[in-house]
Amino acid sequence: MDNTAEIEEEAMLHDIASMLATFVNEESNLIPILQMIQEKHHYLCVRALQMVAKHLGMSSSEIYGVATFYNQFRFYPPGKHQIKVCLGTACHIRGGDIILESFERKLEIKPGETTPDREFSIDRVACVGCCALAPVAIVNDTVNGHMAPSKVEGLILGFEIEKEREKREKQ
Amino acid sequence: MNQNSKEKLDEVFASIKTDAERRFREMKGDDSQNIFIGMATCGLASGATDVKAAFEEALSERKISARIIPVGCLGHCYAEPLVIIDKPGFPPILYHDLTPGKARLLVKAFLEEDDPVFEHVLGAMEENDLIPWIMDFPRFNQEKKVVMANSGLLDPEDIYQYIAKGGYSALVKALTLEPEEIIHEIQDSGLRGRGGAGFLTDIKWQLVRDAKEKDKIVICNADEGDPGAYMDRTILESNPYQVIEGIAISAYAVGAEKAIVYVRAEYPLAVKTINKAVEQAKEIGLLGKGVLSTNFDLDIAIFQGSGAFVCGEETALIQSIQGKRGMPQPRPPYPAQRGLWGKPTVVNNVKTMASIPPILENGAQWYRGIGTDRSPGTAIFSVVGNILHAGLVEIPMGVTLRTLIFEICGGIPNQKDFKAVQIGGPSGGCLPGSFLDTSIDFDSLTQAGAMMGSGGMVVMDEDACMVDVARYFLDFTQRESCGKCTFCRIGTKHLLNVLERITTGEGREEDIELLEDLSLDIKAGSLCGLGKTAPNPIITTIKYFRDEYKAHITEKRCPAMMCRTLTAYYIDLDKCARGCDACVGSCPTESIFTTKNRKKGIDQTLCVKCGECMASCPPEYDAVRKVSPPELAPKIERPKEG
Ligand SMILES: Cc1cc2nc3c(=O)[nH]c(=O)nc-3n(C[C@H](O)[C@H](O)[C@H](O)COP(=O)(O)O)c2cc1C
Ligand code: FES
Repeated sequence: MDNTAEIEEEAMLHDIASMLATFVNEESNLIPILQMIQEKHHYLCVRALQMVAKHLGMSSSEIYGVATFYNQFRFYPPGKHQIKVCLGTACHIRGGDIILESFERKLEIKPGETTPDREFSIDRVACVGCCALAPVAIVNDTVNGHMAPSKVEGLILGFEIEKEREKREKQ
Repeated sequence: MNQNSKEKLDEVFASIKTDAERRFREMKGDDSQNIFIGMATCGLASGATDVKAAFEEALSERKISARIIPVGCLGHCYAEPLVIIDKPGFPPILYHDLTPGKARLLVKAFLEEDDPVFEHVLGAMEENDLIPWIMDFPRFNQEKKVVMANSGLLDPEDIYQYIAKGGYSALVKALTLEPEEIIHEIQDSGLRGRGGAGFLTDIKWQLVRDAKEKDKIVICNADEGDPGAYMDRTILESNPYQVIEGIAISAYAVGAEKAIVYVRAEYPLAVKTINKAVEQAKEIGLLGKGVLSTNFDLDIAIFQGSGAFVCGEETALIQSIQGKRGMPQPRPPYPAQRGLWGKPTVVNNVKTMASIPPILENGAQWYRGIGTDRSPGTAIFSVVGNILHAGLVEIPMGVTLRTLIFEICGGIPNQKDFKAVQIGGPSGGCLPGSFLDTSIDFDSLTQAGAMMGSGGMVVMDEDACMVDVARYFLDFTQRESCGKCTFCRIGTKHLLNVLERITTGEGREEDIELLEDLSLDIKAGSLCGLGKTAPNPIITTIKYFRDEYKAHITEKRCPAMMCRTLTAYYIDLDKCARGCDACVGSCPTESIFTTKNRKKGIDQTLCVKCGECMASCPPEYDAVRKVSPPELAPKIERPKEG
């Protein structure tokens, strides 16, 4: 781990410690605590889970068992651009898997993973409530309906161009 | 309740109601213009935010005063963004498929110049001489809105609008009744739970009412794990107040002082609206200590579910609120006997809860007048897939599938044929065309091999492969099995493996029988509804589409040409236009090459079968073909470099 990442993690853990203090030490607070951590910091790291275990007086394995049971929780930091591909029933029969595959191919990662440069991550989700627009992909909280492989290329290209521009502006 | 306290209650509510009506009148003043924009998830996804911004900009540019009121979902998701413009001198008019451009046009043409721009009108909300009334269209006049009566017509963040439209008067009425009388009324109404199984609501309530423990709990189940359904979420996003009112009546009837709404964290907008609605209700004394100054206390908390299908099952849901893995527990004891924290607990679905206020308001007999004898009331479906007018539909029970699909929802688009309808999500089944005259009610659907389930309905046209649909659902249930029962955990995995090999052309002669046998074993050997129903998609597709399984297994052919291993694309050289490059740019894997005589060919080793070339080929050439099995594609060699 390089230095900045270490400093970031320390800051995050510090913040989590202060949030934990607001929760009573009761098992029924476990899921709300995990949700709060993820909401603010986007993922649950091992050390955060250990802190939760200590706070609730439970073992780390119990905490881990609960956290991994639920689809909501992730254990690695997501990318700067979070891509969620809907694989609900309506999206499936309209080719949602082809969309997912297009993102996978383009970014060379699998669902649940983040690109090494932490720019993109892909997740699969089930019905996001816009079946009339199927197939659907959510990119950074924006719903993109009627997706097609060419639209996938366009979206990623858009981010790449934006990044290039930012880089040039910095120089 | 004695006369004194009844008078006090009426007085307290009358003052809230007067306040609400005053605010409502001010908002909808006689000469003011109102623009209602549908801003539930479906509206937002279709661009409602930009439409709203365009209205705001155009209004301020032209110095026109009009109020913009964000509302929930009318159910017509196919036509979003939807807007209702209420302008004095005109009936309220519903516009569809809004864009920022259309919004600006409407401000100029309609609000400024009195031209209602007929080409963008869907219909008028009231009968009039100028514009066709929406009730003249089958979608509107065959629906019966009980739960969704106010969805899309009020601001889900403004409790006063609900009260001004008559909301919370059912709760007031309930508080003047004895709890037993309420349960009786629900019993007379014949209300069956809308969470899937159709269990009689009054029986549950009576059990909890009769339990000796002092503390009781009411849970509203808004987990909605079906991966192709979104009714509960939309109801919470559109009219959370009616759900809260139902919960409050339920709590009063069973004697609970604590209620929990269990809603998925993946539904951020629903979480936000229900939270806000609870806060507002507390502020004006409709919740909290001494509801409406009576001695009934009720606290409603929101618990965010973390996305596990099995947590929709009531005992697993209770486990997860207690901070555990969401594993179903053996029943009995039922939650009504020993539920959350060991206390007697009512668990009811969102739609069940939202049905309570209208029943109490209008009486059991009124409710019985809707729907069928054994399934009174309405059914709410999210009708999606290959259907023209996808969206949420609330119909009286007893309507046939044919009416729902072909009349109310407009039928199958693109001149394709109907093939099957999947009802009830991962626990349900696929019904073929011969079942289109089946009545939609709890018993008829179960008899047909599907089930009401959560209310997900996916319509499929001739291009959908039934084996793949079964594989899709098994992939889902296999992931979502909590792992407690061996049959469910390992059995579903095994079913999935078999289906995967069939859809990739590795199927064996004995596979159909294997699937059937194993399905029955899993049904028998599982504790909860997940395992007991997981094989349903397989059982029904084998029963009604056995030929399709056989084609995959013996001919290695996918009749619907959906299973990608079993299909191939090729370019018909007789049709391909020399020099045209349309498909080349569309191909994500650069598998399209130019032949010697400047036509195109597909390199089958690189093709991922995404279908983009077919979509991009100009219709006048229409040269891309899809075949199954893949060997049917003629071989076209890539010319050697240079
Ligand atoms: C695997 C599984 C998933 C379920 N998912 C839901 C759900 O998402 N929403 C729901 O209301 N009920 C669901 N149920 C049914 C509940 O266990 C329970 O019967 C229901 O919430 C009772 O409410 P009702 O009487 O109003 O129907 C599910 C059941 C099973 C077995
Ligand atoms: S299935 Fe994808 S939005 Fe509903």
